[in-house]
Amino acid sequence: MAERCAVAGIGQTKYSAKRTDVSMAGLVREAALRALEDAEMTWKDIDAVVIGKAPDLFEGVMMPEIYLADALGAVGKPMMRVHTAGSVGGSTAIVASHLVHGAAFERVLTVAYEKQSESEATWALTVRVPFSLPLVAGAGGYFAPTIRQYIKRSGAPENIGTMVAVKDRLNALRNPYAHLRMEGINADMVMASPMLWDPLRYLDACPSSDGACAMVLTNEKNAERVMNPAWILATAMRSEPISFPGRDEVSPRAGRDAASELYLEGGITNPREEIDVAEVYVPFSWYEPMWMENLGFAPKNEGWKMTAEGATAFDGDLPVNPSGGVLSSNPIGASGMIRFAEAALQVRGQAGEHQVDGAQVALGHAYGGGSQFFSMWLVGSAKP
Amino acid sequence: MREVALVAFAQSPSVRQDLRRNEVEILTPVIAEAIRWGGVPRKEIGFTCSGSCDYLAGVPFSFVSALDAVGAWPPIRESHVEMDGAWALYEAWVRLQVGDVDSALVYGFGKSSVGDPRDISVLQLDPYYAAPLWPDSVSLAALQARALLQSSGYTERDFAEVVARSLRDAKRNPNAQVSGDFSPDELVKARYDVSPLREHDCPPVSDGAAAVVLAAGDLARKVCERPAWIAGIDHRIEAHSLGARDLTKSPSAALAAEKAGMGKGSLDVAELHAPFSHQELILREALGLGESVAINPSGGALAANPIMAAGLIRIGEAAQLVMDGSAKRAVGHATSGPCLQQNLICVLEAR
Repeated sequence: MAERCAVAGIGQTKYSAKRTDVSMAGLVREAALRALEDAEMTWKDIDAVVIGKAPDLFEGVMMPEIYLADALGAVGKPMMRVHTAGSVGGSTAIVASHLVHGAAFERVLTVAYEKQSESEATWALTVRVPFSLPLVAGAGGYFAPTIRQYIKRSGAPENIGTMVAVKDRLNALRNPYAHLRMEGINADMVMASPMLWDPLRYLDACPSSDGACAMVLTNEKNAERVMNPAWILATAMRSEPISFPGRDEVSPRAGRDAASELYLEGGITNPREEIDVAEVYVPFSWYEPMWMENLGFAPKNEGWKMTAEGATAFDGDLPVNPSGGVLSSNPIGASGMIRFAEAALQVRGQAGEHQVDGAQVALGHAYGGGSQFFSMWLVGSAKP
Repeated sequence: MREVALVAFAQSPSVRQDLRRNEVEILTPVIAEAIRWGGVPRKEIGFTCSGSCDYLAGVPFSFVSALDAVGAWPPIRESHVEMDGAWALYEAWVRLQVGDVDSALVYGFGKSSVGDPRDISVLQLDPYYAAPLWPDSVSLAALQARALLQSSGYTERDFAEVVARSLRDAKRNPNAQVSGDFSPDELVKARYDVSPLREHDCPPVSDGAAAVVLAAGDLARKVCERPAWIAGIDHRIEAHSLGARDLTKSPSAALAAEKAGMGKGSLDVAELHAPFSHQELILREALGLGESVAINPSGGALAANPIMAAGLIRIGEAAQLVMDGSAKRAVGHATSGPCLQQNLICVLEAR
């Protein structure tokens, strides 16, 4: 029987385009200190550190955990660095949770970050390698054809993406850490923004952000010291190859399999009914309806109806991304962990203005690569 | 803790430059061999974890295409560390501790020849205060070697003896890249690369890959006649700032060994990941390895150093000796960062 594991502390930085006031070390430390304070712990209470971020080319520092050991109080402790593309923030939290579930350690600090202003992510994703498929358009250009495929096969109305873009930015106004805070955001503003990668307009896309997120994960004994830990009910990770004939890139099997395992482990039989709030990795507006289907909240080709009917809005029956989501804050390597942390905040009742009333079970979700790496967790207010 | 063992180990021969194969092509036969020896069918492997570094190939997501070598369909439970494969093994060991999966495939790979690892390693340093000065990995190791010479009774001839023994032993290792008979007296006559280190004190640039299969409890006993049981595994990191460390000591290796319970029994073999000759002397002292322990019978990192796989290979080589019955208790070690900043110890034993 595995040890129980809970989120005992959460820390986030303010997300913004350029955090010129801090170094990379300063950025991760800011989030880590807040997580420690939240958990009522100090550096010396931490047994091990697990850090994650997206490709090292994003900042130009190779294996930055080496340099960040001091800033994260890891000297004399085990320190690991996870990298699983865009899903990394979620995967990092899961690896940290395994250290507790597996009884290797009792109190683990996990941190994820990106300081995108140090470099240029689209450049870093555009490197040409002999005999490899060049990705010359950044992430938006990569995902746009998949979105067009979704629109074609689901028959979704054109305005669904716009609705998500507006909804998440409205939610962001409730979140003091959000990068984009666009007072008065509406559909006209989204439609008036430049077309970047058909059907994605500028405001259908996530921003480039600097930021870090941290959590303190503990075993049962330590979790009971804090008022309201978020208990980890289940975790799941799945990967599949980026390209092969017949691959469904709109609703990848890796995502569906991960969700099935998550619900099985978490005792969920009807996710739409039993999950109160979801923080889902939506870097481009149209991914909300696509992931609603992939995650089993909606039948195939009907995810867009949830958006259209307002089910995913802040006052809907399944609020999705009450924090404003990736569309409002996107320090890439941290974006997945922010989803996991926001899910935990909700079941702890600590989400402030974006708290969903009575949230008891929440989903955190992240994906990466060519929609091929998935990590997700389910957290709850009650001990499993 | 749950009983977990290495039940298979495979590696590619290390070469200076594999011009004909990319990382995936180097990796594919290695994984196939590990799976074949491991006895757990590929589709039944419960968890997969790899170690690699984007900066070696100069591209983001070097691990993405590696999935093609694994055959990740139907989708698999998989993770990746931007660290040596030895840490991927650690993650897999932790994953098996959770108890819901019984086997894992672990691999590490690196095509160091694509760039110049000596220069690339600079990008690992503090980007604000250290990297702009561009101290390459050999220069930093030379600082450490100089400090060791000045604070201990060691001489440059002691470094040469490590080299001579390693390259002699490497003659029996078909996967080694550099091997041969050299006398320490001749070696010390060579020109310095960065004083006090000579070229032979430094690791070769290598392309290569390695893979292991882990299995828990009864599954390990079923698929392997003599599993190499992980008696303990731990890793520790030190401060990054070189000025904050005593470079002549390795407290993180000593602590990892203590936590891994290395001292609970006598050792037959230690495979140490010491890319520079003097680092073996530092590690021997930190780990308290006496004359009775055979050090690096494979030839170690001085004979072949495929970055991101070299640490995993140390564990694999140590495990191989347990699996073939020539050692009862062995230790595999891996290092990362400048001047042995981070160290991992894996204690393996026959049961």
